[in-house]
Amino acid sequence: MTQSSRGERLPAANSSPAAPARSAAGAYWRAVSAVLWKDLAAEFRSKELLSAMLVFSLLVVLIFNFALQLDRAARENVAAGVLWVTAVFSGTLGLNRSLSQEKDRGSLDGLLLTPVDRSAIYVGKALGNWLFMLLVQAVILPVFVVLYNQPMLQPLLLVFVVLGTLGYASVGTLLASMAVHSRARDVMLPILLLPVAVPVLVAAVQGSAGVLEQRAWDEISQWFNLLIGYDVIFLAVAYMAFDYVVEE
Amino acid sequence: MIETRALAKNFGLKPVLRGVDLRIEAGEFVALMGPNGAGKTTLLRILSTLARPSFGAARVAGFLLPAQAEQARRRLGVIAHQPLLYGDLTAEENLRFYARMYGVSDGARLTEWLERVGLAARRRDLVRTFSRGMQQRLAIARGLLHDPDVVLLDEPYTGLDPDGAALLDAIVQELAARRRTLLMITHDLAHGFALAERALILARGRIEASLRRDEIAPAEFARRYDAVVKG
Amino acid sequence: MIKSDRALHILNMATAALLIVATGLVFLYAPTERTMGAVQRVFYFHVSAAWVGLAAFMVTFVVGIIYLRTGNPRWDRIGHSSVEIGLVFTIMGAASGSIWARPAWNTWWTWDPRLTTYTIMALIYVAYLMLRQGIDDPNRRARFAAIYGIVGFISVPITFFSIRIWRTIHPVVVGTGGGDAAQGSFAMTDPMRTTLLFSVFTFTVVYVCLLANRVRLEELAERVEHLKARLLSA
Repeated sequence: MTQSSRGERLPAANSSPAAPARSAAGAYWRAVSAVLWKDLAAEFRSKELLSAMLVFSLLVVLIFNFALQLDRAARENVAAGVLWVTAVFSGTLGLNRSLSQEKDRGSLDGLLLTPVDRSAIYVGKALGNWLFMLLVQAVILPVFVVLYNQPMLQPLLLVFVVLGTLGYASVGTLLASMAVHSRARDVMLPILLLPVAVPVLVAAVQGSAGVLEQRAWDEISQWFNLLIGYDVIFLAVAYMAFDYVVEE
Repeated sequence: MIETRALAKNFGLKPVLRGVDLRIEAGEFVALMGPNGAGKTTLLRILSTLARPSFGAARVAGFLLPAQAEQARRRLGVIAHQPLLYGDLTAEENLRFYARMYGVSDGARLTEWLERVGLAARRRDLVRTFSRGMQQRLAIARGLLHDPDVVLLDEPYTGLDPDGAALLDAIVQELAARRRTLLMITHDLAHGFALAERALILARGRIEASLRRDEIAPAEFARRYDAVVKG
Repeated sequence: MIKSDRALHILNMATAALLIVATGLVFLYAPTERTMGAVQRVFYFHVSAAWVGLAAFMVTFVVGIIYLRTGNPRWDRIGHSSVEIGLVFTIMGAASGSIWARPAWNTWWTWDPRLTTYTIMALIYVAYLMLRQGIDDPNRRARFAAIYGIVGFISVPITFFSIRIWRTIHPVVVGTGGGDAAQGSFAMTDPMRTTLLFSVFTFTVVYVCLLANRVRLEELAERVEHLKARLLSA
């Protein structure tokens, strides 16, 4: 047997090839966290996505400022709307780039070769995209406090931010994984996603506006419920459909 | 062990595989050759569970595809000509990620593999700073670190310098000695025939010939290959 | 839908006949409405078209699920055809609604729940067609279209609820008057109800007829492609 100049033999063979007995759920969440960690680590090195999303968000806020030409009272009224338009546009950007990267490098094949449930890959990616959106919001919200003079950092509003971005990221990850295979890949995602994400937008804007205007909980709660319902339904749908997206 | 029966794959209306029957016993090392467009990569993609057949059945490592694909993947290792690595992660992080995904918890094995492919010194460097050859070496480690029973290789020598090629030769021969099942796609007739015990020739979507190394001479093999491919 | 030429022919004739009868009912049988006058007759057309638009989407949803489970391309053909036809009916529904709205509410458009959801539904239809257009691999195209059809259809009722919680001025039609109806609502008499039901039925038959023809066209086109490919590779 020829011996290479580096090292001698292959690493010792595993005499019991089967993985040690762990619960299936444990293995599943390990896979999810592995995918999530991988996306976060890679992104924090390159900061490709986050910087693009952040700069874009700030630009959108700026453009709205000039386009809408509002007086102080009117500006306070539209704060919730502008916040969510910004989130939606920068979210789309992030989703697009996140899945394009996987496809272009062919690394999705690497993921698909691993013995994990396909849906775990989806959950990991969706969580990653959601976290990116939240990180951007964490920077943008203080900007809003300054520019729009609104108490954006209230817990209830943050709840809406969390739920709204979750809904958007969950459907968005599924649709983006399809859009990247299309020819007009960059425009395909917004065309697919925005009509379907209208409930999120409506509920998030109305809910956020309600919080800012200090409406009674009774009024705001229906938006809260709508968001929860949407999130649950579409997470379930995406979870089941992802398998069909990646199979060939 | 790899087995297929009447395996066919269509892309829309275009048939790529037209009924492939093959049987590779456990521990065999088989080279898969054929002209461009014959369907070699498609066949490998089906066997590695990345694609589903349009018709027919396949069994890999004792598991039926596509029904038991997830179990099959546990025992499968794939080394393709694309490295399938994450450029923004270090070599070590790449391997650790795949180790987690394959349920390999033994950290020492990662180190051993890094040393074996000669990248121990660069373990903390980002993969996007690696040359093509180095990425391919890391890809070899990636594909084998979970100690698969069946190893599928699609033109794995692509991008490797002579040193890297010698390394892969050694690794592949060791795997064969350890009775792992190997199926390798290669364009290099002489090299493939020298390494493997048997060569399958895929042409026009079917296995047209199966030639054992202990039955014919290398020169004769080249002639037979041409004859089969020309049809 | 492997209908023989003859069966399809009969369906086409029957559909034409129904359309003539329905038109007759709308213009001759149904009474003129008191407040809005003759323009109210658009209502029968509008509701029927709108209903078909929604039903076509429902068909795409169901057929999409069946396709994903069976992989039989016939279901994909039906889904695709249904979206094409549904889009046309949805646009007709929106246009006729607009024509009716102008004299009734004195505005071409309002952002009420039904109308808004309708527009969004049309946009989802268009997105579906664009998605298909952009993917070359037939198997992938069919799968993705099925998934998007499912996702899109599920979002429609949620969208409707979200906008309805937001605002309402679409008139309450089926039933008398209505507390939350703005101007433009009217009570339906029996002849009107009959006409409406018949119109909806007729339009549904038109939809099925168009669908059958379209799917058959698609099947023939594919068979031609298949034969072409065989001929070229032989």
